[in-house]
Order: sequence, then structure tokens, then C-alpha cells
Amino acid sequence: MNFVKELGEAIGKAATILQPDVVRALKATRDREAGPARVQLEAILENVRIAREGKVPICQDTGTISFFVKLGTRFPHLADLLQSLPEAARAATKAVPLRPNTVHPFTGKNPGDNTGRSIPAVTWEMVEGDGAEIHVLPKGGGSENCSTLKMLSPGVGLKGVKEAVVEHVVNCGGLPCPPTIIGVGVGGGADLSLKLGKMALLRPLGQRHPEPEVAALEAELEELINASGVGPMGLGGKTTVLAVHAEYAHRHPASLPLGIVVQCWAHRRATVRIRVDGTLEVA
Amino acid sequence: MDRVLTTPISEQDARALKAGDVIYVSGTMFTARDEAHKMMLERGSPLPVEGLALFHCGPVAQKAGAGWEILAAGPTTSARMELFEADFLRTFKTRVIVGKGGMGEKTLAALGEVGAVYTHFTGGAGALAAKAVKRVSAVHWLEELGMPEAIWVMEVEKFGPLVVAMDSHGKSLYKDLSIIVGKNMEAIRARIRS
Repeated sequence: MNFVKELGEAIGKAATILQPDVVRALKATRDREAGPARVQLEAILENVRIAREGKVPICQDTGTISFFVKLGTRFPHLADLLQSLPEAARAATKAVPLRPNTVHPFTGKNPGDNTGRSIPAVTWEMVEGDGAEIHVLPKGGGSENCSTLKMLSPGVGLKGVKEAVVEHVVNCGGLPCPPTIIGVGVGGGADLSLKLGKMALLRPLGQRHPEPEVAALEAELEELINASGVGPMGLGGKTTVLAVHAEYAHRHPASLPLGIVVQCWAHRRATVRIRVDGTLEVA
Repeated sequence: MDRVLTTPISEQDARALKAGDVIYVSGTMFTARDEAHKMMLERGSPLPVEGLALFHCGPVAQKAGAGWEILAAGPTTSARMELFEADFLRTFKTRVIVGKGGMGEKTLAALGEVGAVYTHFTGGAGALAAKAVKRVSAVHWLEELGMPEAIWVMEVEKFGPLVVAMDSHGKSLYKDLSIIVGKNMEAIRARIRS
């Protein structure tokens, strides 16, 4: 059994078709903007339409591919899945086509198929069950270059967290192609806070964290960042972020890690669900 | 009515543009990133470029018969070309620069001196850009520089929308905005700390 075909399709779908929640958020942004900001949103929505209808990449930077897998503890096809993940990246690179984006950091060599050491990156999460849910997240370089880690002093508290996030996102200006989606990971350790920030991007736009304290932080950060006036593409306007998503883990008493992951407006993602009998569904 | 400028664009037409205007370009556009800027200043241009549009872009191109087809062609970050752009404008007199993110003081001064504008094209809108490219008329220095850095000469029709972000009268939307954002941030910090 292999899942190369469907996983490859999901990568292609992510590269060419923006998910409806993102399109909805972009349309709402267009409707409240004016002047150069509105021109940017109209161009973005026209671009999204051309890409979908022509089955071409939304952006020429088709990103680095990563997978986030929720793996059922009784899922019986793990070996097949493991083998299929890099194969799917190769298949999609040819079929779409995708820009070859994996470079050896020492030799500069590019294998040309969007695979390499540890890439596509895979994050595994074990859950109760017999199926597997695979989220595909191809992410561009411009926005990833704006992601960062801050090791704050715990004494600064939640106010310090808010100020650090707002300062960072506003200082990025137009570089990450706003309106962006911000994933914030609070606590854990240095690595876990960034991982939580990235996983927060997988949540559909418009869906808040289930815990009211975290949901309130998300809403407040959105409002504060949007009050900056940076606007779409850093040309000025009301919308700098489409959404802020936060996740947390318990922290060491002496540490307050803050992972900030920045995602461009072209928030490309897709999901594959594999059932216990090996049948699949791509969404 | 959409305002379309057709190449070759005159100094007078470029000077008539004001920051905040939205324009489209038809005619000939060529790409140049860091390496191409450097090499053109060292060796001279492989084609006459006065009055043309300069695009900061490394396209995804694919062989199509004897020629080439552009699949995606969004703008790259223009700030990297700040090193070369003032000399480039004085030497080659391109009238419209297309990029994203804006450029610095040296380029702003040269735009005024030469009579040219810097325009912003929506970052990430690679499919929209490729649709306005009607054909690739030439590619220069492909062997030496590789696909993203080569000089791609493209015939375009109504390429845009382009927001004039820096004009020949010393006005820069980025400069103006950074002052506003700075003031807004003071109020935001006060709110968080209260």
C-alpha cells in the first residue's frame, strides 16, 4: 500500500488552491480597506482566482514542504506512510510543477525535487485511534525569515509577551507579505515554543483557542497589531494580520519562551485523512 | 479608468506620476536582481533599456518550443538592490522600477535626478504577474547567472496594478508611513503597559 498519489495531490492542492477560510478572511479585509491597501487585496484575490482556475502555483515561492501528522496509536500502515511522505514531495514537484527549494547548506547543491536531509520536515503527534490525519504546510521563505524566538524574563508577564509580539510583527513591516497570520507559542522550551507557534497555523482562521484566556490574548493581539497601520504589503491600512493564533505549554519557573511564527497571506495548507482500511480523503 | 503607460516611457511621463497613483505598464519589461545589476554596471547593458520597466524578479520559466514561457513571476525584495540602483538609474534611465518593499534614500534621490518612479507590485501574486506576460522576447546571461538572476526580457500587456510608492518629487509612501506607524506604536505601547 502506498499513499504517494493522494499526498502528492494534497501538496498540489495546497500550492494552487487557497482554503475557503483564508479566502473569506481576505475578502472581508478587501471590503474594509481603501486606497493602495484595497488595490493590494484586489490583486491578491484576482491572483487566487487565476491560480485556482489555471491550476498554477499561487506564488512563485512554492515553499518548503512540511507535514504535521496526528497518528492513531493503532494505525496499521505506518511503514507505508513513512515511505510515502518524501515520495509525495517528489511527485508534486514534477506534477504541479513546484519550484525546487531545497539547498544543501554547506555545498549549495539542490537535488531539484524538494527533498533533502530532514525535509520534508515531519512532526508526529500520537493520538488515540486507528487512523492518521496528515496536514500539509508548504511555507514560503519570505515569511519564515520573519519568524523568531524570544527568551523573555518571566517577570515581564503577559504584558511583556504582548509587547514583544506586537513590536516584532510591526517591525517586520511589509517583508512577510501582510496581511499575515501569526502563530504564537508561549512556554515549553525554546524548541517547543516555536513548534507550538507553527502548529497554531494549522487551526482554521476564525476558530479561537478553546480556553477563554488564550482566546482573549489572540483577539487582543489582533487588535493591537492592526492598530499599527502597517497594512497590506506594508503600504498602510487597517489590516496587518488576518489572525493571531496562540498555543501554550507549561514553562520552567525561570523561563518564558515566546515563539513567533509568521505566515504570509498565501497561507497554503491541505489535509489528508487515512482510515484503518487504507482508504483516503483529501481536504 | 485604468492608467496604462506604454514603453518607451518618457522622462516627462515619469515625472507626471505621484506617490499613491495606481498604474499599469504595457510594452517591454526586463528583470534584473542583484547579480544582473552588478554585471550591467560593469559590462554595459545587453539591450537598450532607456524608457523601459525594470522588474526585481526571479521568475519560474519553462522551455516552450524554441522559446520560453513564464509560469510565475512575483516581485522579490527590492531593498537588496539599493546598493546598485542609484548608479543604475543614472546610467540606464529606466523609468519605472517594479518591486516590493521599497528602497532607500539613495534611490529616492536618483529617481528625482533622472525622472523615474519606484512602483510596488503585490508580493506573492506570481500567477497574476505571469498572466500579463505575453511572451519572452529574449533572455540574457542565462548560462552565467542561472534562471532567477538572468535578464528576462518580456513583452507585457497591462502589467499591474502597480502602486507608485516612490516618485521623482522626493515622496516615498514607506517613509511617510514609518512616521505614522512610529506614532501609533507609542499609543499601542502605552495601552499594553497601562
